[in-house]
Amino acid sequence: MSTTTIPELTPDQLESFGEELDAIRERVVADLGQRDAAYIRKVIRAQRGLEVTGRALMLAGFFPPAWLGGVTALSLSKILDNMEIGHNVMHGQYDWMKDPDLTSKGFEWDTACPGDQWRHSHNYMHHTHTNIVGKDRDIGYGVLRMSEDQPWHPYYLGNPLYAALLASFFQYGVALHDLEIERVTTGQASLGEKRDMIRAIWRKVRQQTLKDYVLFPVLTGPSAPFTLAGNAAANLTRNVWAFTIIFCGHFPDGTQEFTEEETADETRGQWYHRQLLGSANLTGGKLFHVLSGNLSFQIEHHLFPDIPAHRYAEISVEVRQVCERYGIPYNSGPLHKQFGSVLRKIARLALPDGREGPTGGDPPTAPEPASVRSKALAAV
Amino acid sequence: MPPAATARPLPPPPVRRLGRRLLGSGLLEALAAPHGVDRYLELIRPSWSLREARAVVIEVRRQTADSVTLTLRPNENWTGFCTGQFVRLTVEIEGVRQTRCYSPACSEHTPGRFEITVKAHPEGQVSGFLNRAAHPGMVVGLSAADGDFVLPAHRPGRVLLISGGSGITPVMSMLRTLCEEGHGGSVTFVHYAPTRDDVIYRSELSEIARCHPNVRVVHAYTREAGGTLSGHLCRDHLDAVAPDLAGAETYACGPPGLIESVRRIWAEDGIEELLHVESFLPPSPALASDRAEGSVSFAQSDERISNNGRSLLEQAEQAGLSPQFGCRMGICHTCTCRKTAGTVRNLVSGEVSSAEEEDIQICVSVPAGDVELDL
Repeated sequence: MSTTTIPELTPDQLESFGEELDAIRERVVADLGQRDAAYIRKVIRAQRGLEVTGRALMLAGFFPPAWLGGVTALSLSKILDNMEIGHNVMHGQYDWMKDPDLTSKGFEWDTACPGDQWRHSHNYMHHTHTNIVGKDRDIGYGVLRMSEDQPWHPYYLGNPLYAALLASFFQYGVALHDLEIERVTTGQASLGEKRDMIRAIWRKVRQQTLKDYVLFPVLTGPSAPFTLAGNAAANLTRNVWAFTIIFCGHFPDGTQEFTEEETADETRGQWYHRQLLGSANLTGGKLFHVLSGNLSFQIEHHLFPDIPAHRYAEISVEVRQVCERYGIPYNSGPLHKQFGSVLRKIARLALPDGREGPTGGDPPTAPEPASVRSKALAAV
Repeated sequence: MPPAATARPLPPPPVRRLGRRLLGSGLLEALAAPHGVDRYLELIRPSWSLREARAVVIEVRRQTADSVTLTLRPNENWTGFCTGQFVRLTVEIEGVRQTRCYSPACSEHTPGRFEITVKAHPEGQVSGFLNRAAHPGMVVGLSAADGDFVLPAHRPGRVLLISGGSGITPVMSMLRTLCEEGHGGSVTFVHYAPTRDDVIYRSELSEIARCHPNVRVVHAYTREAGGTLSGHLCRDHLDAVAPDLAGAETYACGPPGLIESVRRIWAEDGIEELLHVESFLPPSPALASDRAEGSVSFAQSDERISNNGRSLLEQAEQAGLSPQFGCRMGICHTCTCRKTAGTVRNLVSGEVSSAEEEDIQICVSVPAGDVELDL
């Protein structure tokens, strides 16, 4: 285990660093065209095909191989729909196509969260205030303790349990995310002012529940119980997968949190710098990247959230080179390593600071309270 | 009000009607949520849709070197057109949807299909694309037909049709419609083109003139001799071929120069109410950029740029915004947005408007001083 120090960049360095990233962005944006349109249409075609296949296989859901095939196809459909299509389209990655079905404002996805609420909580709150404790509500989703900067409370003894529940019911967690329930329970906001949001969530949840748990099961006649179970299994698979990928984006060892004070009056270069230090990538094959919605390139996604995500792989080569030139750590690793460190963090932060929980294998260094841009971290 | 559109697509056969009813049912909509039935149908066949109007190109032919004539078969969602109207046609070029207005050139009594002719403009992205790449089987998006450049339901006794260049299409539709209806009154068609070889529908025009004694077709060439008339439209031309302007309803479509001449002559005679015009080329900003002043603010996006005298649509695009647009020449109203403050001048009508909170067509509006848009 070795530790490296993130060098303190001078304002001039930060500015030229920002300019280099801007240049990458400009070049890719100028190159957007047929290739990107063909790509997203191909993914949509695959997703819709998988969905129809999955629904059809459920008709024979009493026959175990058909049931398993149906669950697999439907899980893949929901994963593609939510991650490579929905998440990315709603980021505005395909707005330039001017296709009304692929605009960030109009798209709706196959999950419980209404698209427009997610666009606020995710595109604005999370992407603008990435990893700023107190502002970025994706740190722990208002449920978990994911940073030492969140003061410990006996409630957090349940951290691993809450994480397991959040993973299982992730689509509902995401749906309720923008409601900021914790602000309601602490009296900072009233339920009354959330009425319209609750209505919209209810409508979407009802629509999704009706489809997956009433209509499709009933339509399969005698297979209804199998279909119901199969649809639930597909939703569960998608939930756990989305949770896994998303938690690997900002919580593996080496990612940093920031305070509101140190991020006030950020320049563009500093913003890029924070996005880089606060995000982590996953290594893997092409299919893995597609199924993660290319959130395996979380770093590139946070630098360029509105560039079509299938471009991140090629952009990452250059981003890595830029990072090397400026000595900025580029956090990347395989899923088992990154997710392992996330799980250890969930367990460790269940306890008050200074009393580390048991960790297996190669123990990571505990991130120190994040307060400065220059600090020691585990080399990755 | 224009008469009800008649050139509807053919009614679907009973099996298809049943299929449509089933696919459009609440149950199917609930099963296909959140994307909707259309998002699945179009994957089976791109022209299939329960709600959106689309068309398949079924024939491509070339009448002149720089134009292409397309026959389109609209799906059942298209509601037809009245002769003289235009449709917004959407194609995808390099992954980007582009929409432009084209007038069907066929008779409005052609159920199940219609025809457009697209002249390639040197800088025209869509016209160039269609000339280059249109092929049978290609699917395009359609809007409902629009525009009030139409023949009244009670067809006028005497009709004068004037067109220039690719502006021939809506008046060609009028001529074909009148002929098909067995219109008995006299029809004079004066068409302006640079040379004989540039005349779209030339052979069909002579055929019509041959078969219909009440129709007279006059060709005017602006860059060569050999036509009945030569040079640009002037009073002498009209005196020669249509002396009694006050006795006919006139429909004129063409580039701005032609339309201006027509307007002036009809105004001099005090018979503007007999003139109906449509111009098909974008007007150029009348204010030079060095005389432009003030700034343009885009309220929603919190952007502000100094006015450079170009259209508000162009200025918005220069500021990095991507407002919706269609024809970019003041026809289709796709770009219409709310002006919250300031004075603008409409390049088509010349009208200056300072009203607060009004909807304007930003593709043909230039700011006169500070302007704020709700964009």
